[in-house]
Amino acid sequence: MNFLFQPLTLVTFFPLLGVLVLLFLKPEQKNAARWTALITSLITFGISLAVLAQFDQNNPNLQLVIDLPWIQVAGFNISYYLGVDGMSILLVLLTTFLTPISIISTWTAVEDRVRDFMLFFLLLEVGMVGVFLAQDLFLFYIFWEFTLVPMYFLIGVWGGPRRMYAAVKFFLYTMAGSILMLLAILWLGIYGGSFSVPDLIAKGGIPADIQTWLFLAFAAAFAIKVPMWPLHSWLPDAHVEAPTAGSVILAGVLLKMGTYGFLRFNLPLFPQASYQFAPWIAVLAVIGILYGAMVSYAQKDVKKLVAYSSVSHLGFVMLGLFALNAQGVQGGILQMVNHGLSTGALFLIVGMIYERRHTRDMDAFGGLWKVMPVYAVLTLIVALSSMGLPGLNGFVGEFTILLGAWEAGAVGNALNTYWFAALAAVGVILAAVYILLMFQKMFLGPVDKEENRILKDLHWREIVTLVPLLVFIFWIGLYPKPFFDLMAPAVDKMLAAIQVAALAIQ
Amino acid sequence: MPFNDILAILPLIALVAWTLLLILVDLFIPKERKWLTAFLAALGLLLCMGLTIAQIGGPAVAFNGMVVFDGFAVFLSVLFLGSGLVAIALAHDYLRRMDIDRSEYYFLLLFSISGMLLMAIAADLILVFMALELLSIPLYVMAGFARPRLDSEEAALKYFLLGAFSGGFVVYGVALVFGATGTTSLASVVAAVDGGTANLAVLLIGAALILVGFGFKVAVVPFHMWTPDVYQGSPSSVTAFMSVGAKAAGFAALLRVFVTAFPALAQDIAPVLWALSVLTMILGNVVAIAQANIKRMLAYSSIAQAGYILMALVTYGNGDVSDDAIASALFFLLAYTFTSFGAWAVVIALEKEEGKGLELKDYAGLARKYPALAAAMTVFMLSFIGVPPTLGFVGKFYLFRTVIEGGYIGLALIGVLTSLVSAFYYLRVVVIMYMWDGDPEVRKETWLNITTLAAAVATVLLTIFSTPLIRWASQAIMRTF
Repeated sequence: MNFLFQPLTLVTFFPLLGVLVLLFLKPEQKNAARWTALITSLITFGISLAVLAQFDQNNPNLQLVIDLPWIQVAGFNISYYLGVDGMSILLVLLTTFLTPISIISTWTAVEDRVRDFMLFFLLLEVGMVGVFLAQDLFLFYIFWEFTLVPMYFLIGVWGGPRRMYAAVKFFLYTMAGSILMLLAILWLGIYGGSFSVPDLIAKGGIPADIQTWLFLAFAAAFAIKVPMWPLHSWLPDAHVEAPTAGSVILAGVLLKMGTYGFLRFNLPLFPQASYQFAPWIAVLAVIGILYGAMVSYAQKDVKKLVAYSSVSHLGFVMLGLFALNAQGVQGGILQMVNHGLSTGALFLIVGMIYERRHTRDMDAFGGLWKVMPVYAVLTLIVALSSMGLPGLNGFVGEFTILLGAWEAGAVGNALNTYWFAALAAVGVILAAVYILLMFQKMFLGPVDKEENRILKDLHWREIVTLVPLLVFIFWIGLYPKPFFDLMAPAVDKMLAAIQVAALAIQ
Repeated sequence: MPFNDILAILPLIALVAWTLLLILVDLFIPKERKWLTAFLAALGLLLCMGLTIAQIGGPAVAFNGMVVFDGFAVFLSVLFLGSGLVAIALAHDYLRRMDIDRSEYYFLLLFSISGMLLMAIAADLILVFMALELLSIPLYVMAGFARPRLDSEEAALKYFLLGAFSGGFVVYGVALVFGATGTTSLASVVAAVDGGTANLAVLLIGAALILVGFGFKVAVVPFHMWTPDVYQGSPSSVTAFMSVGAKAAGFAALLRVFVTAFPALAQDIAPVLWALSVLTMILGNVVAIAQANIKRMLAYSSIAQAGYILMALVTYGNGDVSDDAIASALFFLLAYTFTSFGAWAVVIALEKEEGKGLELKDYAGLARKYPALAAAMTVFMLSFIGVPPTLGFVGKFYLFRTVIEGGYIGLALIGVLTSLVSAFYYLRVVVIMYMWDGDPEVRKETWLNITTLAAAVATVLLTIFSTPLIRWASQAIMRTF
């Protein structure tokens, strides 16, 4: 049983227990299904806090490691290998934190086939946590690809009018990238005689030309997931059609799997290629920042606006990671968390108004501040956080990333020109434009539509879903040090290693 | 004939004798108790499986090298016997429902399996040909089992004509190999090539003809034309058996003959195999998209799967990976067996008389009314695509690794890209089951349910516990000479 009662095994697979219970419920037992899912996800969150308690933040290495032989025949060297370090702990916590919140948000929004909805949601949680913990490429790929299945169902069964199209598009797009990564994983497995990531990093020495190809194959999978411009076209469809809870998880966690993949695999495994491609990735990231912001500005549908703003925000994360210095990478990781919190909250907010009015057209609203003051205030805070107002979380992340990108812009550093930082800074201004415009259209001015006069303000259950997010929005905004402290040693260690490796090959 | 020789083919003898006895016994079984025949047939298969397993470690070569009982033979024998058991479980209720409940089904099935067992142990080209005929002729009859339904008769005739034609190719290929080397024994063919007494050009033509003949059997493009019509017209339980058993037997022959007898030809044959594999994967997967009938869709899917298995054969000449080539092909076949039988069990559950209930749109609303069945079908579709955690994924993982290790990265790339294409039509089944509204009627029957459930559970759980299976497949190496 040394396999089962490990903290990381528990935090990954505990939701399966809830799935098992759900299987024994009748489809009519809707509330029982909701409570089962909620309690399961809360316990999972509790376990993840226990993981945090055992986590030594001064240790830059993988911690709480479980490494057991799994498939070790026929030349395979596959292990059940889980571990957590400063680069992944925050993302694990983000996942286990957002899942119960999303489940609460479905309490009245999902009425059809509730049991199945919860079942897929918990399965999705298993996949997501597994992605952030797996240290064996085979195991990682299983979790990575498996997340597609429940998300596909969440969009396709409980989504909006064009749900089938969006679900299939989501599946095929993501799979297109993953299969290229699969080939690269197989190549690495043959080359290194093992699928263990730390072993492969330690072995190193992959010839430069092959690194290029492997980097591109992994990047194909991750760039589609992030999504980086120009591979983002699945995202608006998936977001707009997904049910609210699905959008929250999609934006909050699934997109982070892409950026995390770059961080965990591309940078340390292919250091030289990472240096070589850094400016190109930065080009795409900056285009994404500006393009996402401008397209957001043009949207009438609030949900689409938030979806496109993700393209912009994730551009910042990518720019930070490929600045390849401590500030950039740390800012990038923190911005992953920030985006999960702010955009998750924005999708919840959009879902709340959609449940009341069954439209997301901004022109259908106006003057909501007078009708729904609590809702308006909470929206304002989240909106300001998303556009990066100092004192709130978004500012800390974006500012650190810009600092990192600026530093990397010096001649001879990874990005080699200051233009990236400068243009990205323009993106911050554009974000203020589209977010404030959205807020103005919906909340300010007179209440000029009759239907809007009778809207009810937030139910306490809805407030409960937003408040925990707001706590962290303020916490990170005012005192981000504990969060940076968690990741700093691991980031420094990785950066030092890839600098050495990159120089050694040159 | 020394005693050892008899011992080596004891399972085969037992099965044939059991079948002949069963024909007699069946005469005395009253019409309302025909389930007894099915039960006895299954018992015979179990008995034979017991004998096969008991024989592991027994005499390896018999009848002066005509028969080889090695790990490869054991693996495939167990696979064939298991397929037979499933084919009985699927047929038992289905035949009665379709009003074609005749005991001949079980005799023919057992005879066909005898042919497959012979194929697994055959180490002489004459024996390979005999096995091919022994397994095929009962299948031709079974394809027409639903007579007087026209499409079933058409299927039988088509299968027979093309099957006989392909048998001709094999026999002519064998003749040319004999002409080139003066022998039909696989071991002596190698010896003749190594000794320099063989006419290599003629040998190559002979090998090519054998490839064409078995290409028909396993439905490789461009020899696949019969597959959709035959799969659609045959009774579904027969199709299920055909899609697994006959395909596995064809690959057994291809692997055995090419790996043991024609290693010298690998240089020349590999590009041909490469092209066949690519064509098969592309055509099978692309044409499957256009199908509206589930049986036809699964037929094209089985064509595409043959293309994947053929990928392993492409690498057979590369000494570093030739063991993995066999093992990964066998493991993929095993994964395919679970998945395919599961999918056909679902098809059978939904099929109505007169060929109704076989359109994709008849699956609309399945998830709401029969969630377990829809979930099982989803597992099978995901396994066909190769999405984890399913056996299909592990199968493809092993297969692609072998191919990359063998130096065919381009082939692996085409393989994964066509998998992506296949995701489109497999997912459509899921979309229809879960996202369309409908009111399907499903036949609930114990054996059918057991088959579906067992296949679905195995497809998922054996992924996690796949170590013993992979080990078993990788020990199933051929005896080389």
